[in-house]
Amino acid sequence: MLFLQNTPDTSGYMIAGYAISFIVMALYVASMAMRSRNLNQDLSTLEEMDQAAGQQKIKAEKDAPKTVTKTNGKK
Amino acid sequence: MQDKPIILKVLDIVSILLLGVSTYLALVFAPTELVMGAVQRVFYFHIGTAWTALLGFLLAAVFSVIFLISKDLKWDRYQVAAIEVSLVFFLITIVLGSIWARPAWNTWWTWDPRLTTAAVTELIYIAYFMLRQGIDDPDRRARFGAVYALVGGLSAPITFFAIRLFRTIHPVVIGGGNADAQGAFAMTGDMKVAFFFALFTFTVIFVDLFWNRIRLGDLQEKVEQLKLKVTL
Repeated sequence: MLFLQNTPDTSGYMIAGYAISFIVMALYVASMAMRSRNLNQDLSTLEEMDQAAGQQKIKAEKDAPKTVTKTNGKK
Repeated sequence: MQDKPIILKVLDIVSILLLGVSTYLALVFAPTELVMGAVQRVFYFHIGTAWTALLGFLLAAVFSVIFLISKDLKWDRYQVAAIEVSLVFFLITIVLGSIWARPAWNTWWTWDPRLTTAAVTELIYIAYFMLRQGIDDPDRRARFGAVYALVGGLSAPITFFAIRLFRTIHPVVIGGGNADAQGAFAMTGDMKVAFFFALFTFTVIFVDLFWNRIRLGDLQEKVEQLKLKVTL
């Protein structure tokens, strides 16, 4: 018993360690969720632009004047 | 973006539940170590995150080799995902180690071989993302990234074996003792339960985050492709 020491109170360090672990993991998950949301927004905008560009192209092809070349057989 | 697969949704929930159980085992179930007190409990998450991070870095090196052989950009995305998740886990490992060291070694940090190799590993992979940021061409970026990750992958086994090869004060809890170690302890049965459960938990969490990160990479690729199409 003479050499028996009391267990030190290091619970503050333990709490800090676990708190930091959870905060870091939560921040990482949040960053992934945020990046995913932003990319999804970008994707829907780009898809709309792509569709609009495609429709414009079709319309332009339809509206394009038919060119008739009249030739009289002479040079 | 495609809907999340049901397996991934289940894995998300299982990961959260496992993290809760693992925290309970580490904080309540495992007995308090008599010499260091409660701070020893950070050991469970410290090892759990270190194990998955080092495994992730090695996995990234394997993906690099596959990419360099196949030239398929899918493997580049896998590599980035593995490194990013491992980087986060390894940051937790280093911070927890530092917090444990304060009462155990009476210092937050010392340039011990294990701590030095761990810090170098973390810096190597931070630099990996800086390198990628600096290259615009996707093929070139992937090729440079693969070579870098392959060489960087060497730092994982070096960090792991640092406490077994060099004279260090870092304890070797698993697989042998170290005469110079300060803060070493022997695990009791309940401690082993908490320890192995933490290893399992962080492996599952790693797989879950890795899968989610791959999906994010796929989405990023899709957006970049569409941007090119719209621009042209």
